[in-house]
Amino acid sequence: MADENWNPKIIAIICNWCSYAGADLAGGARIQYPPDIRAIRGMCTGRVDPLFIMKAFHDGADGMLISGCHFGDCHYLEGNYKCAKRMFLVKNVLKNIGLNDRRLRMTFVSASEGAKWGMVMEDVVKTVKELGPSPLSEYQK
Amino acid sequence: MAEAKEQPRIGVFICHCGTNIAGSLSIEEVKEYAMTLPGVVVAEEYQYMCSTPGQSIIVDAIAEHNLNGVVVAACSPRLHEPTFRIATQEGGLNKFRFEMANIRDQNSWVHMHDWEGATSKAKDQVRIAVAKARMLEDLEPKSVPVEHAALVVGAGVGGMQAALDLASAGIKTYLVEKNPTIGGRMSQLDKTFPTLDCSQCILTPKMVDVGRHPNIELMTYTEVENVEGYIGNFTITLRKKARGVLTPAEAEARGIVGGGCNGCGDCAEVCPVIKPNPFELGMAPRKAIYIYHPQVNPLLYTVDFDSCIKCGLCVTACGEEKKAIDLDVVDTFEQVRVGTCILAIGYDLIPIEGKKEWGYKRYDNVITGLEFERLICASGPTGGKLIRPSDGQIPKKIGFVLCAGSRDNTGGVAKPYCSRFCCMYSLKHAHQIMEKIPGAVPYLFYMDIRSFGKMYEEFYYRIQNEGAKFIRGRVANILEDPTSKNLTVFTEDTLLGRPLSLEMDMVVLAAAIQPKPEAERIRQMFGVSKSQDGWLLEAHPKLNPCGTTTAGIYLAGVCQGPKDIPDTVAQAEGAASAASIPIHIGEVQLEPYFAQCIEELCAGCGMCVNLCPYGALDLVEKDGRDVMEVTEAKCKGCGTCGGFCPGGAIKMQHFTSPQICAQIDAFLLEGGEQ
Ligand SMILES: Cc1cc2nc3c(=O)[nH]c(=O)nc-3n(C[C@H](O)[C@H](O)[C@H](O)COP(=O)(O)OP(=O)(O)OC[C@H]3O[C@@H](n4cnc5c(N)ncnc54)[C@H](O)[C@@H]3O)c2cc1C
Ligand code: SF4
Ligand code: SF4
Ligand code: FES
Repeated sequence: MADENWNPKIIAIICNWCSYAGADLAGGARIQYPPDIRAIRGMCTGRVDPLFIMKAFHDGADGMLISGCHFGDCHYLEGNYKCAKRMFLVKNVLKNIGLNDRRLRMTFVSASEGAKWGMVMEDVVKTVKELGPSPLSEYQK
Repeated sequence: MAEAKEQPRIGVFICHCGTNIAGSLSIEEVKEYAMTLPGVVVAEEYQYMCSTPGQSIIVDAIAEHNLNGVVVAACSPRLHEPTFRIATQEGGLNKFRFEMANIRDQNSWVHMHDWEGATSKAKDQVRIAVAKARMLEDLEPKSVPVEHAALVVGAGVGGMQAALDLASAGIKTYLVEKNPTIGGRMSQLDKTFPTLDCSQCILTPKMVDVGRHPNIELMTYTEVENVEGYIGNFTITLRKKARGVLTPAEAEARGIVGGGCNGCGDCAEVCPVIKPNPFELGMAPRKAIYIYHPQVNPLLYTVDFDSCIKCGLCVTACGEEKKAIDLDVVDTFEQVRVGTCILAIGYDLIPIEGKKEWGYKRYDNVITGLEFERLICASGPTGGKLIRPSDGQIPKKIGFVLCAGSRDNTGGVAKPYCSRFCCMYSLKHAHQIMEKIPGAVPYLFYMDIRSFGKMYEEFYYRIQNEGAKFIRGRVANILEDPTSKNLTVFTEDTLLGRPLSLEMDMVVLAAAIQPKPEAERIRQMFGVSKSQDGWLLEAHPKLNPCGTTTAGIYLAGVCQGPKDIPDTVAQAEGAASAASIPIHIGEVQLEPYFAQCIEELCAGCGMCVNLCPYGALDLVEKDGRDVMEVTEAKCKGCGTCGGFCPGGAIKMQHFTSPQICAQIDAFLLEGGEQ
């Protein structure tokens, strides 16, 4: 399945306070990772409406990443808990419509974890490459 | 949803950042591509967009092309969003008509060897940003008044300095210390490098000033219980731990005129319970009713209710006139309102017994540097006589193990970082024994001596000339002779390339330091992140070393990372200055990312009301049905409610669902609309 030259379309929604800052730190430290992921900045993962995820997959995303603060560290106390709960729901929906739920990932990367951000990037791209193009992406062609 | 009131006219401004961006992707291609995007009427590139000429390009373009949206593709919005918002405003637009594409920190710097990949990513990023810019709306920042008071947590030398500065700047300052006395670690030290000032002598005047300053409300034996609010308006709940002893003021409030604790100590004399004194690191006893040391501030006894047996002897000894002791008191709570807060909660030594090879706590004559400070200190448990714990003899050959658990990647209790002051205090210790004990020889086992401060290197030479022995090598192991209790130190002299073993009378471990265990709770309450190694995280290591990512919260002293007293005091003054700015301005502008209820869509289910962590939402009756209402002053804009509302009835300003969906579409559908 995995085609070496295939560039997956992966979208990320990341929180301003931890993961976005962690991603910036990875930049400052010149940690190199594959360029397939496009990040959208939100204030908190609590903002992530399941609709956004469904929309992304509907639009043909091959993978999606939601990344925020560690539990206990959310800038707004508990947005990440609430997001994490929604993830279970959305993953179930994805499974039910026949999408591998590994296409959707939630991670926790703090403002000081630049190196971890690089690892997350590598790993998400690797996972999605293994899974190949999303079956839904055909519809968008 | 948001119907197009006006045709989008977007300007895209792409920054080279010298070669930071231009060296890894094609600015030209990105610019040409930007011009093809719907709504874009001008695209420009420049060496340094954030420079004055760079910003002028934006300001001029807004007027020339009658723009209604600005996109800058450059570094991170966390760095320069404020800069470019000002430029947008100077061009005559509402400053929220601005969006940034992070093509440096999250692109050119992380894809340095992938020109094609980086260029194509940059195009996508610009497309996504333009999609959002097309939908941006005018917003007004919300101005809120700032409480004319500040909070400082921790009264070590850092917290005391910060409080003194704030108070002297005319700000009411609550200084909260969890211990019964202020002073922190510095009050445990004997002398301070490199000047060899007596630590207590230079600290006590500050402690007195803190106690006397009319603007400082000192709250010892008190801890932060809860934090609510945001910059300008924090409500802090403090737990005043039951002390069992009344101050003269508290006594007077109870009608005991002229009463209260005067520090006479009659109570402690009669108290039958004996416990180790934590101030003396357990090397001296204290009673269940105690003070740490004679110079405590405030001079007020404290009952340790964990060990008190409530025999009441102290109450009798204290007498009817003072009536200072009340063994039935309980913790009380108090709320204070402040505009800004400074955290200065200091540090602990690592549990160095975890490095088993050095035998701390197994061998009597292996001690830590902090214990050394107490033993050499005239007011310490031995009256300043350095003696061997095993037999009370005066040691002659004393080994100092530097970097004990610092700069050590072996895991366990060890820390990878440098603790920054142990080299210098070990030099100081070496000097002290040569000065105090005739014929004593210090042996310093070191990796390299880090004497980076002003007059520090000179101090190092001085100690060398005084006759201290320096052996470059890490100490592998220490063994104790069971009868003499002498210690054999095994190391390698890396300068001679030879293994070495030396017999010592005593060994002092310059133990690494680590964040306080309660730092975790404190930082979560105040919304402060931590560095990889657990120290509280500053907003920017170079440009904002005293601030944090939470507006209105600042850091001072070792809690932010290892530093000696001069650096602690300097940072404390910086933090105090930063914390006083919003207070003196008197108002702050909050970003207006509030939730708003779209009443036509709200079904009045009330789910969001429970989701909001700040209680900002309520159901109210309007036109005979329930709808949600937002209290803007409480909303912090997290969007948790907006991410949930099943009817899409909550509009998150500046992060609206249509805006986010447009960004998703822009990436995945290449700008084609849903
Ligand atoms: C053996 C040794 C020798 C040293 N010698 C020198 C020297 O010669 N010269 C030099 O420049 N530096 C020296 N230092 C370093 C010096 O101790 C520190 O730089 C300095 O004490 C840092 O001050 P601080 O205010 O940041 O922290 P601290 O002194 O640790 O003060 C922190 C305060 O906050 C309080 N606190 C903690 N948690 C809370 C909470 N949750 N709520 C309320 N209050 C809280 C603590 O009780 C404490 O009073 C030495 C250190 C050691 C270990
Ligand atoms: S009541 Fe408690 S503090 Fe007072 S003397 Fe007895 S044991 Fe000591
Ligand atoms: S965005 Fe919603 S959940 Fe978050 S603070 Fe505001 S009202 Fe509460
Ligand atoms: S702010 Fe990062 S997850 Fe809530």
